[in-house]
Amino acid sequence: MFDFGPFFDNFDQILEGFWATVRLAAAAAVLSLILGTVLASFRVAPIRVLRTFGTVYVNILRNTPLTLVLLMCSLGLNDVLALKFSDTSSVTYYWWAVLGLSGYTAAFVCESLRAGINTVPLGQAEAARSIGLTFTQSLRMIILPQAFRAVVAPLGSVYIAMIKNTTVAAAASYAETALVMKTLLDQPSFTSGALPLFIGVAVGFMILTLPTGFFFGWLHKRMAVAR
Amino acid sequence: MSKEATVLFDAPGPRARARHRILAVVASIVLIAIAAALLWRFKEKGQFEGKLWSPFTKWEVWDNLILPGLGNTLKAAAVASVLALLFGVVFGLARLSDHWWIRIPAAAVVEFFRSIPLLILIFLAFFVPNKISPSIAESQFGTLQRVVVDNFLSVFGVEINAGTVTVPAFAAVVFGLVMYNGSVLAEVVRAGVLSIPKGQAEAAYSIGLRKNGVLRLVLLPQAVTVMMPAIVSQLVVLLKDTALGFIIAYSELLQAGFKQVPPNYNNNIIQAGVVVGVIYIAVNMSVSRLATWLEARSRRSRKTAAKTMGGDVGAPPAAGVSLAAQAGSTGTL
Repeated sequence: MFDFGPFFDNFDQILEGFWATVRLAAAAAVLSLILGTVLASFRVAPIRVLRTFGTVYVNILRNTPLTLVLLMCSLGLNDVLALKFSDTSSVTYYWWAVLGLSGYTAAFVCESLRAGINTVPLGQAEAARSIGLTFTQSLRMIILPQAFRAVVAPLGSVYIAMIKNTTVAAAASYAETALVMKTLLDQPSFTSGALPLFIGVAVGFMILTLPTGFFFGWLHKRMAVAR
Repeated sequence: MSKEATVLFDAPGPRARARHRILAVVASIVLIAIAAALLWRFKEKGQFEGKLWSPFTKWEVWDNLILPGLGNTLKAAAVASVLALLFGVVFGLARLSDHWWIRIPAAAVVEFFRSIPLLILIFLAFFVPNKISPSIAESQFGTLQRVVVDNFLSVFGVEINAGTVTVPAFAAVVFGLVMYNGSVLAEVVRAGVLSIPKGQAEAAYSIGLRKNGVLRLVLLPQAVTVMMPAIVSQLVVLLKDTALGFIIAYSELLQAGFKQVPPNYNNNIIQAGVVVGVIYIAVNMSVSRLATWLEARSRRSRKTAAKTMGGDVGAPPAAGVSLAAQAGSTGTL
């Protein structure tokens, strides 16, 4: 039952799966931060059209299962509407997985950022304006430094959830860890290695998520605002 | 909002108002252009043809596929919610125990299940028993396995046949949802009890209550009020995650509406996705409304001095990010 032989026989394949997971997570982390920041700026903008767009986007994406979002990207937009990034199917599916995951995570990033901005008391902004700071100055020196600190811990949670969510890309034909695991488990001959495979994959994900959590926890503690 | 000052923007004067108007027009044009480009693409690929959309006006599509799928989604979510709450309360309180031999194993279980993806847990329940049960059946635990499956797990449809255990997709989905969301809820329970001011427990001890009484009569009733919004928003996450059953072919809403409808009706993938998405959004938004209402209600009540945990953002708290960090921030719990 605890025969790790089959696990190490397929170790190359599993590592390849984890490498695919890391590539997806890294690209989605960057893109979702950019998209989320843009969305958050829409949601706090003084222009109603942008605010409405931001609200509608966040509410739709937050209430749709990620599985559906990724399937719509790969099957709907890529296959049916033929909006392809590349003619190579693995490349275009990768980028659609990145875009789908980022689009979904961006809704959560946006909400964390917006909540962070809202933790800054109005008096801080009023004081900044009354001493004559311009909009960019008060944003750069007063508001964003405080908002950023309040955002670190929730953003950490969002990113850890995102790393775990990369497994859902298995539904959208992207060969990451979960799909590798499923392919191996689908083989009838792969029996005694099943439990070690689970343990190996679980440990692999803990190696990815736990340090991320400790990093954000450390960053939060370092940057906490005394108020 | 645009009339008064916010943290970011001062109340606009005449020049700022004019600028905002220009920006609003530009933004509208850009957004409409993007939407138009997408709709043009739809038209180019013939996605507006009636035969692609009309299946969703037929009663048999709803009666045979979508409604049973929605039923299965809600069934899995309901069973998993109840068990996850139970799991959460047991492990959340176990983590607060005074005995290290209860506290530490409970913490290990909760942190383990919180740090690995839900899909991997569903795979564990779906594939692994089938693979390893024959070798267990031959070992000394064979009888124990048969008794456990026959007497307890059969409730969830788990079957044992000549030593091979078969787990149905429903049970696998429920197992994953319970373990993952139960662990998250355990953290919510722990944070909820810890958020009650220390004086409450001290006062309860000083009037002679024991540990059991302090927890049951003083801390938990207040903690429930505090936790309610966070619990409901985690249940929305649970409901959404039932869609992962798609990957192991559990016939829930996504499987029925998105996988089974298109091949039978002119391959209307996009249309099916839109309809299924709207159903998910409607269900989840009504549950979220409930969370908002509960939050407003518990904020009004003055039964507890503790701050209500927000139920706004659905991401679970991170392992490693301390509870104090979470409680002090915006309430992602």
